[in-house]
Amino acid sequence: MFDFSVVTTWINQFLLDTCGMPQWLTTTIECVLIGVCLLLAYALLALFYIIYERKICAYIQCRVGPVRVGPWGLLQVFADMFKILIKELIHLQNIDKFLFALAPYLVIIASMLAFAVLPWGNGLQIIDFNIGIFFLIAVSSIGVLGILLAGWSSSNKFTLIGAMRSGAQMVSYELSIGLSILTMVCLAGTMSVGGIVSEQADLWFIFKGHIPAVIAFIVYLIAATAETNRGPFDLPEAESELTAGYHTEYSGIHFGFFYLAEYLNLFIVSGVASLMFLGGWMPLHIPGWEGFNHVMDYIPSIVWFLGKCFLLSYVIIWFKWTFPRIRIDNMLALEWKYLLPINLVNLVLMVLVIAFNLHF
Amino acid sequence: MATIQDKIAALCPEAQFEQADVLQVTVPEAKWHDLAVALRHDADLAFDYLITIVGMDWQESMGCIYYMMSTSRGNETLAVKVIAAGTRKSPYLPSVFDVWAVATLYEREVYDFFGIIFVNNPDMRRLFLSIDWVGYPLRKDYDTDPKLNPISTESERQSDFTDTWTLEKGKLVKNEVRVFQPEDFVVNIGPQHPSTHGVLRFRTCIDGETIKKIDVYMGYIHRGIEKLMEGLTYPQCLPFLDRMDYFSAQNYHSGMCRLVERAAGIKISRRAEVIRVMMDELSRIASHCLFMGTFCMDLGATSMLFYTLRVREQILDIMEKTCGARMTFNYPCIGGVMQDLHPDFQKDVKALLEIIPANIKEYQKLFTGNVIAKERMVGVGLLSKEDAISYGVTGPSGRASGWSCDLRKIRPYSIYPELDFEEVLATEGDSMARFNVRLHEIEQSAKILEQLVDNIPEGEYCVKVPKVIKLPAGHWFEMTEGCRGVLGIYLESDGGTTPYRVKLAPPCLPLAGVVDHITEGMKIADLITIGGSLDYIIPDMDR
Amino acid sequence: MEVTTKSMPYDAWKDNEYIEKLVKELQDNGTNVIVGSLDKLINWGRSNSLWPLTFATSCCGIEFVSLGAARFDMARFGWEVARSSPRQADFMMVAGTIVNRMVPVFRRLYDQLAEPKYVIACGSCAISGGPFLKSYHVAKGIADIVPVDVYLPGCPPRPEAMIYAIMQLSRKIKVERFFGGVNRQEKQQEFLREHPVAGVND
Repeated sequence: MFDFSVVTTWINQFLLDTCGMPQWLTTTIECVLIGVCLLLAYALLALFYIIYERKICAYIQCRVGPVRVGPWGLLQVFADMFKILIKELIHLQNIDKFLFALAPYLVIIASMLAFAVLPWGNGLQIIDFNIGIFFLIAVSSIGVLGILLAGWSSSNKFTLIGAMRSGAQMVSYELSIGLSILTMVCLAGTMSVGGIVSEQADLWFIFKGHIPAVIAFIVYLIAATAETNRGPFDLPEAESELTAGYHTEYSGIHFGFFYLAEYLNLFIVSGVASLMFLGGWMPLHIPGWEGFNHVMDYIPSIVWFLGKCFLLSYVIIWFKWTFPRIRIDNMLALEWKYLLPINLVNLVLMVLVIAFNLHF
Repeated sequence: MATIQDKIAALCPEAQFEQADVLQVTVPEAKWHDLAVALRHDADLAFDYLITIVGMDWQESMGCIYYMMSTSRGNETLAVKVIAAGTRKSPYLPSVFDVWAVATLYEREVYDFFGIIFVNNPDMRRLFLSIDWVGYPLRKDYDTDPKLNPISTESERQSDFTDTWTLEKGKLVKNEVRVFQPEDFVVNIGPQHPSTHGVLRFRTCIDGETIKKIDVYMGYIHRGIEKLMEGLTYPQCLPFLDRMDYFSAQNYHSGMCRLVERAAGIKISRRAEVIRVMMDELSRIASHCLFMGTFCMDLGATSMLFYTLRVREQILDIMEKTCGARMTFNYPCIGGVMQDLHPDFQKDVKALLEIIPANIKEYQKLFTGNVIAKERMVGVGLLSKEDAISYGVTGPSGRASGWSCDLRKIRPYSIYPELDFEEVLATEGDSMARFNVRLHEIEQSAKILEQLVDNIPEGEYCVKVPKVIKLPAGHWFEMTEGCRGVLGIYLESDGGTTPYRVKLAPPCLPLAGVVDHITEGMKIADLITIGGSLDYIIPDMDR
Repeated sequence: MEVTTKSMPYDAWKDNEYIEKLVKELQDNGTNVIVGSLDKLINWGRSNSLWPLTFATSCCGIEFVSLGAARFDMARFGWEVARSSPRQADFMMVAGTIVNRMVPVFRRLYDQLAEPKYVIACGSCAISGGPFLKSYHVAKGIADIVPVDVYLPGCPPRPEAMIYAIMQLSRKIKVERFFGGVNRQEKQQEFLREHPVAGVND
């Protein structure tokens, strides 16, 4: 399997030895390089996700979706982005201007930070430290702050209701996400993202941990849908109730940030799911089937990772276009009355499984 | 009939009786409130459903005609005519809001159009026109000078107060009452809001996510159809019916045609009757399909809209081949229908009937069986049968509360008596029941179509009618079952080619009136569910 | 310069004289290469990404719903991202009658749209008042209230007609200039000067 660390080490060596740069300059250049790549990946992924969702939704609804701009309508999202970039930013009166301007950046930064620890491929990870998954959960919760601020600072009753809803929703479902990840961390025995992936070299966790892992996976998928504010949990922006929810008053690129972040969060939660349950970039390995494992290794690791992400995102998009929106009290009841107890029991179950060595 | 007449004569000796198509009683204004209470509560009378209040301006006097129906005693109808007391500047009548709940709204409407003040009505604001509107448009001496009521781009004046009038020593006294308290958190929903289905406006007082009170504002699409009709000939009046409830275009249109035909003594051919009924039922299916789609979209299940619109498109294709239009068909005319059926009609209808059962199954699987949908709909927006009658909620929404109000069954018109179909009733009275009633009504409409599709009799599609239609002096009242409930049409003629007064009593007006009653204590999300399940069409209620 | 959209032959359009006039206006003063190609890029983005505001008052609104459905599928052109918040929408399909009481609301909605904003007067009511022309409570067309870009007749217009109208709008956007705008922007400013609204300064 191709290891991307060969490339990164070569760049590092090239800058240090061949060009003779000092250590600090090398690090700076590498940081800038990574930043550029990250931004590029960010923008491209978001655009891809927008067209992806529009096509899937069209497919579900017996339509064809965008086809006119570019081949198969692929350039549609670029046209949308160009337009959003140059659309007027409306300056509102009687608002908290600083917070109003800050909110979209908070949302976008939260999702961008989470990119840092995602394992894109073998050796293709920006930073791998021992509390990687903890860091990921921590930074992804900054997003809710942005949404709350957006709703609060707009000085509009709809946005305020939307923000309060999202506050209640995201704080609640953060618990489920945390607990289901904790369940899997127990199985992995490490919080380092690299460690988690290499633990799954022989078998993915969802198979390894069998029953508790599957339960954790389902709980995670539900909680992740809620965490990204997507249907059926799209209450904060509930179009038919609150017009556009917390970002009602945003126009132009500020709205574009919310729009992009929504899709990026979708990618991130699918990335975490594929990391925790489906082996990250690790190909499908089945113990004992050497030939099969060998064939699987020929598929590049980045394809594995992105493939898993897109597949999981497909499921989440599928939810959105199938289910009606849940009501706020039902949503909170689902979390506090069902998911949380299930999660706690599941954690105990997982610990038992590990203690008695019942996993594969 | 005689017993009612005797009973009323005993209660109010001054009453004068007139036998038009509906028995009409004229009572003096002073006795009206007592008589109304008796009419409502006396076991032998029990007129519990107020169909409409027709405001009238007879030039020398003003007044109202109250049309009512007794649901417990064979759906008998009665009209009560009351002449307003007071001067032309400020005529007044006693309010009957305490007898029929829907009267509050109807009286506001009459006040808006005629300036008749209803004493003791708790909410005597204008209904459709803005707070600063000058004049009462349906009065015969209304000044149409646009300078009086210019089009303004400034926001209209807003008031948290409403007026009530009381009678003290023979003099009208105006009092102001607060609608919302100063500390209330009032959210304005509409008129531009994706789930109000048009331009309805709710001022909603909420406590957290819970709704405390809703004040409904209408008139954002009030086009003054009733006044416009007074200046047009009878055939010219017809297209406006299509543009009220544009989903019931066909049903309303044939209802009006039937009224004019009855008044003019025109008998139409059986072929025309059958065509009209088939078209009515086709529009009913199309309308209910769109209801299901938009309702699910309001609830967040967008994909459902696309599945239901697929069936609707197929129906529109059938209609289009014959009528030439997709929505506002303008197909029935006085004397029959405009054009003969398209040769493909029978084949197309049969193809449609084949796909309907499979589609209904699909909708049930996709939506009604869904646990989230159940959570959102079951027990949300409960409306009891008594309330449904008192608030005048007819159509599928009324039937979901257990009120048998399908005119096709209870006062059958056209060829409906010969047809074999069931009235779909539910007893729960919640949003789920309202949804299911409509779903099953599609099946019943399909059943009617099945019976008729092979039995379209030969004959002329339109009988000969005079070039200029003149109605004799008199008045008529016709009710027709639209897709959303009972449309009452009152027509008064002074013998000319144009109507003296047309009153359209749309089914959607009471639907909007009941929103405040059934949303109290519910969540904001429930308001959307309830509004969607009641399925009001704003141009229909505003006219 | 023939302004058209994908797979529509230039001759199939009905009112090319108007567009040719706009093209001439655009080309009259000449422009430099960089600004010109930037304009082209921007116009490409804007004309291909028209997000409607979900705004409907009566019958035409239902045809607009049909336009979104599978048969007519406006998603093909990228118009399906209907925004409920005027801040994020690009154009407004005025589908239905605008009555006196609605006028202030309607004008405010227009003012809330972010630039560049376009208006399509859809249906005879929005164009002139239509069958309700003689009514005491109907605005005689919306042209006095907001600047209109495309007039779309019909009662209600068919979804195909709506596609045509939005394509016409997209064609108009293609001959715009980002700086100094020769056609739309100038006219809009002029209109807004003539029809001011208290509390809004554009």
